[in-house]
Amino acid sequence: MTILALEQLSIAFGGVRAVDGINLTVEPGVVFSIIGPNGAGKTTLFNLISGLYTPQAGRVRFAGEDVTGFAPDQLARRGLSRTFQNLQIFYHMTVVENVMVGRHRHETTGILSELLHLPSVARQNRSTRLAAQAALARVGLAAEAERSAGALSYGALKRLEIARALASEPKILLLDEPAAGCNAVETQELVGVIRAIVQGGITVILVEHDMRLVMNISDRIHVLAHGRTLAEGTAAEIRSNPAVIEAYLGIHGSQEAAHAIG
Amino acid sequence: MNVPTLIRHRLAPFAALAMIILLLPFFFPSAYYYRVAALVLIFALAALGLNLLMGFAGQVSLGHAGFFGIGGYATAIGPTYLGLPSWLSIIAGAAVSSLIAFLVGRPILRLKGHYLAVSTLGFGLLVAIVLNNEARWTGGPDGMSVPRLALFDWSIRGSDTWYWIAGGTFLLGAILARNLVDSPTGRALRAIHDSEVAARVLGVDVARKKLTIFIISAIYASVAGSYLALFNGHITPDIAGFLRSIELATMVVLGGMGSIIGSLVGAAVLVVLPQTLTALHDYEHMVLGLILMGFMIFLRQGIVPGLIRAFARMRT
Amino acid sequence: MAEFLQFFFSGLTVGAVYALVALGFTLIYNASDVINFAQGEFVMLGGMTTVFLGLAGVPVPLAAVIAIIVTIAIGLALHRFAIEPARGASAVALIMITIGASIFLRGAAQVVFDKRFHSLPHWFGADPIRVGGAAILPQSLVVLAGAAIIVVLLWVFIDRTLLGKAVIATAANRLAARLVGINTRKIVGLSFAVSAAIGAIAGIFVTPITLTSSEVGTMLALKGFAAAMLGGIGSALGAVVGGLVLGMLEAFSAGYLSSQYKDAIAFLVILAVLFAMPQGLLGKGKVERV
Repeated sequence: MTILALEQLSIAFGGVRAVDGINLTVEPGVVFSIIGPNGAGKTTLFNLISGLYTPQAGRVRFAGEDVTGFAPDQLARRGLSRTFQNLQIFYHMTVVENVMVGRHRHETTGILSELLHLPSVARQNRSTRLAAQAALARVGLAAEAERSAGALSYGALKRLEIARALASEPKILLLDEPAAGCNAVETQELVGVIRAIVQGGITVILVEHDMRLVMNISDRIHVLAHGRTLAEGTAAEIRSNPAVIEAYLGIHGSQEAAHAIG
Repeated sequence: MNVPTLIRHRLAPFAALAMIILLLPFFFPSAYYYRVAALVLIFALAALGLNLLMGFAGQVSLGHAGFFGIGGYATAIGPTYLGLPSWLSIIAGAAVSSLIAFLVGRPILRLKGHYLAVSTLGFGLLVAIVLNNEARWTGGPDGMSVPRLALFDWSIRGSDTWYWIAGGTFLLGAILARNLVDSPTGRALRAIHDSEVAARVLGVDVARKKLTIFIISAIYASVAGSYLALFNGHITPDIAGFLRSIELATMVVLGGMGSIIGSLVGAAVLVVLPQTLTALHDYEHMVLGLILMGFMIFLRQGIVPGLIRAFARMRT
Repeated sequence: MAEFLQFFFSGLTVGAVYALVALGFTLIYNASDVINFAQGEFVMLGGMTTVFLGLAGVPVPLAAVIAIIVTIAIGLALHRFAIEPARGASAVALIMITIGASIFLRGAAQVVFDKRFHSLPHWFGADPIRVGGAAILPQSLVVLAGAAIIVVLLWVFIDRTLLGKAVIATAANRLAARLVGINTRKIVGLSFAVSAAIGAIAGIFVTPITLTSSEVGTMLALKGFAAAMLGGIGSALGAVVGGLVLGMLEAFSAGYLSSQYKDAIAFLVILAVLFAMPQGLLGKGKVERV
């Protein structure tokens, strides 16, 4: 069963059709990438999927259920998680506390027991902390757990967001330009992290500009242009699609793609 | 448990605070000091509630004295017109404050930034206007007298008794606040402070959490207001007024947003200062304005976090 | 009918004052995103300074001019010492700074002047003019005319002068304005100076009717803000419309419903606007990109 299906999804901002009639389906357990030039509507599409925007037309189906127009926290409770292009880190909290917030949907304590710090709350805090530390380990940040989040490097913060999203044990993980601002080494580490995530059974949907990463890791690629679908297929198909090459990869991009695959 | 573990225990700072509260009276030359200290603790309780809302959850309320006033007038109206014993009126006041916080909070907390600030300001002023106008119940601008708290035939009017009551309640309030901060809800609120959108996509019901903390902070203010009214034996609509709201907000800013002890420090400064500067009584407003401006411009994190940071830098 | 007209005129008069306060808010908000809570104190300072200079023997017209200059100086000082150092602070921090400033100015006025109510002589006598059974004070007409002239002058300035264009540019995009060579700091300072002048003039004009005291600033600030919100924060025309509408709402509800809760109208307006139409009557909705 497809884990995510978009049907004729559309939204316009003041006359500009940011996303225009998008159809796509995502099978579980794959890395599905969405690419396209700036302004193609990729982040808007992400915001639509993750409930930050409400579509003006079309449907979103998550594991068969119609979740069109659902609020982000409702989607989170169903197993959808995401990272942000412009980091949304909780800078006033420590690294591990950031990830602990990711456990929120699994925490069951009520306000009264929290005020009284009943043993159930202490137990919850402990198990949440353990799960958070495990998530940090998966992205290689275990050593930074007690540091203030504001002290971390940009690349580390990107991984922190991933750890935080992972901590919620999602079925789908939306990664919004995870390689943006990362150097070649960090990007390569990212490949390993994403592969490990998928091996753990999570579906990863990626918005990315870094063609090397995209071609390397994607099972399917969906190309957007001006809010509409230009093409969809495997990395090899997209790489050799003339329309895509011409419009979006350009000369340098297609060379990079050839390096990545060949 | 050995000593180091005890010192590092979660509640160790509160044990220290309890010690201070217990030992401080030995330094009081007269009953007057009990009175000032009791006032500090009462305001600290209200400031603590506001701090939970402003410092931890990152919201703002410039009308919090409204709840302060509701709690105060509950202890005046309850016994006088409804035949309720004072202790029950305190609880009734807190219940009314919670209800109003629930009704007002749901729409208001959807707002952000200066819209939230001004609408809370408007709310506080509305409460003050109602208290001013409904003279039949509230005695109008001149206020009304508040029957003393009576427990088991014992009328509580001494400053020393109120010092212990206020001290104990503040300690309790501080421990509850600490518990809340160290809990899933506390983390969710701190997350909301830094990034509402990220909190939301992690499954936090932001609207509900904000409302919860708004109600809790209203209860703190309400109980503090009740105590103030019972302590003074008299109440006027000023208790819910604009200046009172700004005083409370200034206490939070001064002491340190997000610092529980900071609430006590902020209250101490703003209660003690006018007392020591009685000669400068006329300059009260100017001083309040200067303090608020000064801290918001130059030392936005407040005294306690500022000191902590200074110590941390000295040690490295 | 006479009653209706009476309320209409008193609503128009007080609405004109709210409109001027709201205009001051809008000017500063547009140039710097700051909600200047001390706007009400500018009105208070205009009236009170004139009164006390008059009491000290200065002829009232001269006292008025001096009062306006003093208020402008205070507005500039507010910008220079309280707003500029806090540039980059959050909206809430800035509003708290201006609240602190307004409390400071109020306290200073209580010390320098006093806490009582004061008046100024009516410009054209205190005999009311009869119109259709209603009585209008000549001073009301002064207030309305003054407000209209100020609005027109402001419009001419913004629309027809280079400096006015610079203000618009700063309001639209501060960084871009700086990149084309506009000294945005001076522009924001100018907006404070002009708002202070507008407030002071409003205070001087209306004191014969409403009296003045060191305390009037707070309520005026809130009502001016309510008017600005009603009209659409950021819209100068909206500020004027909002002010007049708020004045009317107050006058008619005081007349036909309850005069005790007159002051509550403004806050109910704020809340209603924020929930029903946050962009106000004339404001433009903003599109937010995440």
